[in-house]
Amino acid sequence: MKLTGAEIIIKAFEHEGVDTIFGYPGGQIIPFYDKLYDSSIRHILVRHEQCAAHAADAYARATGKPGVCVSTSGPGATNLVTGIANAYMDSIPIVAITGQVPTAKIGSDAFQEADITGITLPVVKHSYLVRDVNKLAEIVRSAFHIATTGRPGPVLIDLPNDVSQATAEFAYPPPVTLRGYRVPQEANLNLVRQAARAIGEARKPVIYAGGGVISSGASETLRELAERARIPVTNTLLGKGAFPETHSLSLGMLGMHGTKYANYAVSYCDLLIAVGARFDDRITGKLDAFAPHARVIHIDIDPAEIGKNVRVHYPLVGDVQLVLKQLLQHLEAPQDQEWLSQVEQWKRENPLVYTLEDGIIKPQYIIEQIWDLTGGQGIVTTEVGQHQMWAAQYYKALSPRSFISSGGLGTMGFGLPAAIGAQAGYPDKVVFDIAGDGSLQMNSQELATAVQYNLPVKVAVINNGYLGMVRQWQELMWNHRYSQTDINVGTPDFVKLAEAYGAVGLRATRPEEVRPVLEQAIAIPKPVVIDFAVAREENVFPFVPPGAPLTKMMGG
Amino acid sequence: MKHTLSVLVENQPGVLTRVCGLFARRGYNIESLAVGETHDPSISCITIVAGGEDLVIEQVVKQLDKLIDVIEIRDISETEYVDRELMLLKVRAEASRRGEIMQIVDIFRARIVDIGQDTLIIECTGDDGKTQAIEKSLKPFGIVELVRTGKIAMVRGLKYGDGRE
Repeated sequence: MKLTGAEIIIKAFEHEGVDTIFGYPGGQIIPFYDKLYDSSIRHILVRHEQCAAHAADAYARATGKPGVCVSTSGPGATNLVTGIANAYMDSIPIVAITGQVPTAKIGSDAFQEADITGITLPVVKHSYLVRDVNKLAEIVRSAFHIATTGRPGPVLIDLPNDVSQATAEFAYPPPVTLRGYRVPQEANLNLVRQAARAIGEARKPVIYAGGGVISSGASETLRELAERARIPVTNTLLGKGAFPETHSLSLGMLGMHGTKYANYAVSYCDLLIAVGARFDDRITGKLDAFAPHARVIHIDIDPAEIGKNVRVHYPLVGDVQLVLKQLLQHLEAPQDQEWLSQVEQWKRENPLVYTLEDGIIKPQYIIEQIWDLTGGQGIVTTEVGQHQMWAAQYYKALSPRSFISSGGLGTMGFGLPAAIGAQAGYPDKVVFDIAGDGSLQMNSQELATAVQYNLPVKVAVINNGYLGMVRQWQELMWNHRYSQTDINVGTPDFVKLAEAYGAVGLRATRPEEVRPVLEQAIAIPKPVVIDFAVAREENVFPFVPPGAPLTKMMGG
Repeated sequence: MKHTLSVLVENQPGVLTRVCGLFARRGYNIESLAVGETHDPSISCITIVAGGEDLVIEQVVKQLDKLIDVIEIRDISETEYVDRELMLLKVRAEASRRGEIMQIVDIFRARIVDIGQDTLIIECTGDDGKTQAIEKSLKPFGIVELVRTGKIAMVRGLKYGDGRE
């Protein structure tokens, strides 16, 4: 049977189990949208292409399935770039389809032409410019294979208008093998044995869990390892939910805004077991002073991460889930109690703290209330900034795929489209976007999308009228010179903004209003924006200044 | 230290850009680059010579290996390999000095491939040492133009890439 390029893509989506996609039409992608019109695939029309990529990204993070986004050529494609880069930095499987001018016009500066495969080169796992409709089915199949296997990441398919209308015989190809693409599975057994012995011999071990635990579906296995060997677990921002943060062995997040006890534990441990994490500078602080007494086991599917930032003694290259299982088979006796008592003492003596003030809402309090009201059973997305770090500190993630945040790229404006993507994947869960007033304004137009598809996301705006994280740095490191960070004037009335879009707007200005207004928001089966007027100059503590060792924490 | 990388890639448009982009990102200059089809027309071999700290080159190699279009990559610097480069030199050569130049060309087993009014074009094939030596020897006559192909390299014996279909 002969199908057009556009039909082939839709058929391929069906074969790949794609039922929801995010996108925005335009001239060169009309052939695709025309065929989509007759398809049962649900398309969510965003209001800015960046948000199609973010929504697809968060859909993937929430559901574990690949996310798909679609845009037209030129500006539509370039608008996707931030979203693609975001997915790349956090290793999230998305497939992006971009329209392109007809093949004969490529390279001629045609209307709405952009070299999107060129522009995205450093931020994709792989990309294709399709020149022959006969290769399209195989390309789409390969794209999904590449995006979802190994270290996941974004794959872009640039689809010229004429290719989308040309026809070819369609047969979905068998699983592809790419000779330049190998997916590591189990780690070298000899090294596994050595690592297991190192765990047995360690007196002060710590597990440092990252997003790789979640993408590999290894949370249960990690928990088994931690519990059997009695090893405390700290997690990265992307590792939130990899290990329940309410667990007695959990130390919460480490790094720049990590808990004091996590940072102490890592700084004084004699064995660091890094699992699906990549020693980002926001985690390590000053590299030379990071885990200075520790031998390092690094479990990662990406060989390029081994030894990139930190010297590794036991490199275990492979799928986190499979390698953890290998380790469990060779695991030796559990740890003695002395180290755990020390860690317990750090936890007791250095809890996360903030001070409540009469009549003033503290941001941390809002997060605690959201956690309490949802029992940690909902999904939280965040924007980027102070509110994000408070969310990371005070929202104790219990399970994988429940805390969705832009880690590597730190993309302001991620949270609302991410909430939309997560809600599209889980219509019945309570989805909160914990937002800042600055970040929300970067993509507030997506309220329209939430309203159009009745995705009842709850946007909790921690409104301090500042670009708060930058202001905090200016306060603490730049002599209180608040250059261009006060946005109080001009910030919209978020209640009215919500109402203008047909969503519900609520407001709390006093601490005692926080819980009732949250309860109200959860009960309303529509998108809700809650404007929380909070203490304007509250800081995120603890804070390890950039380039300082983790033991040099300010505040908290 | 200089590293010689031998990279087998899919013979497709855009692959070279992906490979070179990774070097540019790290701020490393590629000193020499040679690309050509192998005996399998679907595969090209890129030979790259680049300078840089061992750890950084190791990281670049790992990143290159992650590219889907890179089939196999090897830093062959530490192995036994044969390398060649082709160099063309245009040398100033008045009639009176041609004999002298031809002697040098003979010594290096190079060839004269063109004779102009006052110039000769010399073709020289060899490894780094040889091409540098002939360049140095001919310098006093006045080198008008010099172009080189970039180094190509092959590991000795049945090792890398051999027996590939």
